Amino acid sequence: MKKVLSLTLTLALSASFLEGCGGSSAGGSESGSADKQEAGSNGVVKVFNWGEYIDEDVIDLFEEETGIEVIYDMFDTNEEMYPIIEAGGVAYDAICPSDYMIEKMISNGLLQEINFDNIPNMKYLSSTIMEGSKAFDPENKYSVPYTYGTLGIVYNTTMVDDPVDSWNILWNEKYAKDILMYNSVRDAFVAPLRLLDADINCTDDATLRQAADMLIAEKPLVQSYVMDQIKDLMISGSAAMAMCYSGEILAMQEENEDLAYAVPKEGSNFFIDSWVIPANAENKENAEAWINFLNRPDIALKNFEYITYSTPNTGAQELIDEELKSNPAVFPDEEILSKCNIFHTLGTEGDAKLNDLWLEIKGAAVN
Amino acid sequence: MRKQLAAGPYLIWMIGFTVIPLILIVYYGLTDTTGAFTLNNIMAIAEPQRMAALIRSLQLSLICTVICLFLAYPLAMILKNLSRGGKSGLMIFIFILPMWMNFLLRTMAWQVILSRNGLLNTFLNSIGLPSVNLINTNAAIVFGMVYNYLPFMVLPLYNVLVKISNDTIEAAHDLGASWLQTFFRVILPLSVPGIISGITMVFVPALTTFVISDILGGGLILLIGNVIEQEFTFTANWHLGSGLSLILMIFILFSMFLIAKYDKEGNGTAF
Repeated sequence: MKKVLSLTLTLALSASFLEGCGGSSAGGSESGSADKQEAGSNGVVKVFNWGEYIDEDVIDLFEEETGIEVIYDMFDTNEEMYPIIEAGGVAYDAICPSDYMIEKMISNGLLQEINFDNIPNMKYLSSTIMEGSKAFDPENKYSVPYTYGTLGIVYNTTMVDDPVDSWNILWNEKYAKDILMYNSVRDAFVAPLRLLDADINCTDDATLRQAADMLIAEKPLVQSYVMDQIKDLMISGSAAMAMCYSGEILAMQEENEDLAYAVPKEGSNFFIDSWVIPANAENKENAEAWINFLNRPDIALKNFEYITYSTPNTGAQELIDEELKSNPAVFPDEEILSKCNIFHTLGTEGDAKLNDLWLEIKGAAVN
Repeated sequence: MRKQLAAGPYLIWMIGFTVIPLILIVYYGLTDTTGAFTLNNIMAIAEPQRMAALIRSLQLSLICTVICLFLAYPLAMILKNLSRGGKSGLMIFIFILPMWMNFLLRTMAWQVILSRNGLLNTFLNSIGLPSVNLINTNAAIVFGMVYNYLPFMVLPLYNVLVKISNDTIEAAHDLGASWLQTFFRVILPLSVPGIISGITMVFVPALTTFVISDILGGGLILLIGNVIEQEFTFTANWHLGSGLSLILMIFILFSMFLIAKYDKEGNGTAF
């Protein structure tokens, strides 16, 4: 068993290593033929994106078509990216952080307004998502949405026979020890807060107390509080349902077709990852060309098929397979989406409150 | 003079990666966000949730240490006897072999074995026995701790036992001591440094673990290690996290004191 595990991991490691190399050496590797632009002949664009968050062919295509060389770096968390930008040692031209982080970067003056004249493909962006973006970029001046998704419930249709349309099902004793919860405070609190019809960014003591009591009551039914293992546990059928972000669903469904996804009718958290241009960018126009290119419908579709996070690009949405269009993991119901909210930073005091309650929940007796 | 120069690299290493970080932890632990002196970070351990987690950690690591001791002592005795014939090398090699694999991988393998549809239950069901629910319980955590930390008990024990001369044991027999008497009045007292060293080398990491409780406890069982981890990763309250770490350091200092007291010749250290 151990041997198999370590072998798989070795393979996975070397694969990701190779992929990483591909990404960083992409610059100018395919600039041979005559009708293609020489990469770098029109300058460079320094891109800072999440790991595994682009189809790498797209980078090559961009270089060929525009002659702009892409210098591509990756980060793993928003928190890791932020100090790099704040320190200003590297002047990136285009970054792709999440909603709450964009809010923080705007308020700390780290971003600059985008010149939308250079991004004609903005016309393809879904108006719902642009509206949603206003939660962190009130005038839609700083950001261009790249992907979005919802927090919902993934369930195994062979194990769950009740309709899954409400957070309530996580409290259904029939599924005792078959429920997985996210091992992160903010995500776990979404379920009780929405059942109480409270804002997911709520810091009101009484409401949080009530939500925490609900989670304590739920604890005996929970099989485990986990993060990434949710994927494996759901694919292998070890649990009946789990909290899950929609971006993971397509990959999971590929492995186990009994899995389905629903965004509870009470509403939930949704996130938007958007392209922004830092204040110290040296190649602003190239960054805008990059953002424009990513929003060309065929390119947005290519990216969607690779990273499987929903695309806000309506041009790409029209090109997506009919079958996927009815999948709530890809296209959440607009009415439910209107009840979803993004996370805002709660500040030190808010975080400390939640942390104390979380300790109480995690420390509560199991039986 | 030359000898002192040769110690230079290690000295720099130790100052850079042990002494300075320790000073930082003490600094963070004893100050608040404004930099003013406070004991609140340390007193925070008295809050019921944190105290409960500390007590739970103490209980589990104590159980783990006792089990390790009772498993390791006979094994170390066997290894000692084998070493007389020069056959202990392979045994020790086999015993240490798993330690070459990553700690996380080994623990995750146990998750696969103990899980509800895992190897253990599949096996039990196939021979007609009912499933046992081990994963995500205290038992699973103790199991993971024992599995991971057992070598740290065996090696110091083996080190002291192998140094007890056979002449000493034969002399005890010559003087009329039974096997039991020899064990309790000769071997056991002589192996105390190894026992103490083994206990601390198992107890301290077991007390501070947060990975084993996360992986084999399914996040359902909160240990003091998890509490501290949460302070660093979620609230980013380094001051509180450091303050709580200082509490754990008290246990570590206490065990170092025990080693210093009982193991003056350094016989019991594992490597």
